[in-house]
Amino acid sequence: MNGAAIAEAALTPPRSEKSTPPILRVDRLRKRYGDQEVVRGLSFAIHRGECFALLGPNGAGKTTTLRCCLGLIDPDGGTIELVGEPVPKAAREARIRVGVVPQMDNLDPDFTVRENLLIYGGYFRLPRSDLDARIPQLLEFAGLSGKAQTSIRTLSGGMKRRLTLARALVNDPDLLILDEPTTGLDPQARHLIWDGLRQLLNQGKTILLTTHFMDEAERLSTRLAVIDHGTMIACDAPRALLARHVEPEVVEVYGEAAKTWAETRGRSLAKRLELAGETAFCYADDAAPLLADLATHAGVRYLHRPANLEDLFIKLTGRELRD
Amino acid sequence: MNTASIVRLPRFSTRFVPVWRRNLLVWRKLAIASVLGNIADPLLYMLALGYGIGAMVGKVDGMSYVVFIGTGMVCQSAMFTSSFEGMYSAFSRMHVQRTWEAIINAPIALDDVVLAEWVWCATKAVMSTAAILIVIEALGFGHTWLALWVLPLGFLVGLCFGAFGLVMNSLAPGYDFFTYFFTLVLTPMLLFSGVYFPVNQMPAWLAHVASVLPLKHAIDLARPLMLDRVPDDIGVHVAVIAAYALVAYYAALMLTRRRLLK
Repeated sequence: MNGAAIAEAALTPPRSEKSTPPILRVDRLRKRYGDQEVVRGLSFAIHRGECFALLGPNGAGKTTTLRCCLGLIDPDGGTIELVGEPVPKAAREARIRVGVVPQMDNLDPDFTVRENLLIYGGYFRLPRSDLDARIPQLLEFAGLSGKAQTSIRTLSGGMKRRLTLARALVNDPDLLILDEPTTGLDPQARHLIWDGLRQLLNQGKTILLTTHFMDEAERLSTRLAVIDHGTMIACDAPRALLARHVEPEVVEVYGEAAKTWAETRGRSLAKRLELAGETAFCYADDAAPLLADLATHAGVRYLHRPANLEDLFIKLTGRELRD
Repeated sequence: MNTASIVRLPRFSTRFVPVWRRNLLVWRKLAIASVLGNIADPLLYMLALGYGIGAMVGKVDGMSYVVFIGTGMVCQSAMFTSSFEGMYSAFSRMHVQRTWEAIINAPIALDDVVLAEWVWCATKAVMSTAAILIVIEALGFGHTWLALWVLPLGFLVGLCFGAFGLVMNSLAPGYDFFTYFFTLVLTPMLLFSGVYFPVNQMPAWLAHVASVLPLKHAIDLARPLMLDRVPDDIGVHVAVIAAYALVAYYAALMLTRRRLLK
């Protein structure tokens, strides 16, 4: 996929949404820190009802992009339009209709669960009567109905995240922005957050999220953009991206014998083969020949699975470590 | 962050009020401990130093030593309270709890947050000033309606030292950093502004140094007011403190933008 085609895919709404203006439009965004350009001409548009995921390794420019979109930092180039307002010029007006779940919890530890929502609603100048009516619904949504008077300090990590999500909804936003919403949570807590987000999508809310969890992007997003080194390297619906970039079947071969097997047998049988440490990743349209051959090699352990976003991600961004 | 967006003039909006109110609501939860500290501390100092040293020195500047030190303490307390708030408390909210980060994701700009913190520092200074006024009144060291003017003065002193504190906050890697401010600013301020002894009995060069200290100007206003006299040179004193306050506030704002908006 060439650059023009990626930009086309990033800006094109799903078929049913073409008539309405986008909730967020980012056009040729650039941001530089010193000598390093961390966002290099990023363009995308998010339409009502979509869940758009920004996927990328650490340092890819995800959080910087979000901070630009919120008007917290000034871009060095490009334009941003958030809920119809130009950003950063009218960032404050835009943020009135946006909810944010930050990467790190920043609930107010001096207040109770309910007070956190009340105080945060005050930042939006929401009338007290509206908040009093809305807070029980938000607590219900967050599964914290019985915890209204509880101090933040006694909540579990999952509860804090759910409350942070509820807090981001206090102004009934047109767009919900989540920066790595489930990082650091245990599987149970992650599933609860995902359930919540799916509920919101079913209600027609629009979501922009960044993540480096492939399963998260796969489960939630209607479209996802892979970004690396500040540029977009792919953008489409998860299934379409997989179909375009990655062979449908994967066989992972482990153990000391894996390397030898890979060189002698694997390379010729797989459509594509990658070695990482003592694991050989074999990609194929049909894994049957690979499996048949592996069955004759005693002592080689292997796993046969369908291709997932992680394969896509690794293919597009490489295997080397990022920090 | 480009330079222009760091140095541009402050943008004021009434959006700062809910942030100020947030601090007030937290304070209310801990109010008893806070007020107790505000009253107990100066009370102990006034009793111990006022009677202890007072017994040796007799009258100072035409007043009993306990009254002399009480009037100085009003300003000292405003200075300490606002400096603490601008440093330790603001640092907790900005860095440790990330409360500011949560706030600027709402339709509130960082400028509003810094303004709210600044005004909050001054608000706390007024609270502690009021506490000492009550102590002085309760101990029966004179009663004058003119003394109520030290409340707005406490606010001004709070703006000055609150802004100093916020400058430190914007530069601090951790709480330990604030020790510098005690050693380099607060202690000299305390010793050479005339809280515990009159400035005019120091050598001339030291008195000159003292004359540029904001706390000295605050005390020059507070002391006559507490003794039911209208101070001399009100305009000069107010202008000096206000100038420190405004310059420090602008510096704090720029440094905070540099720290957080990147």
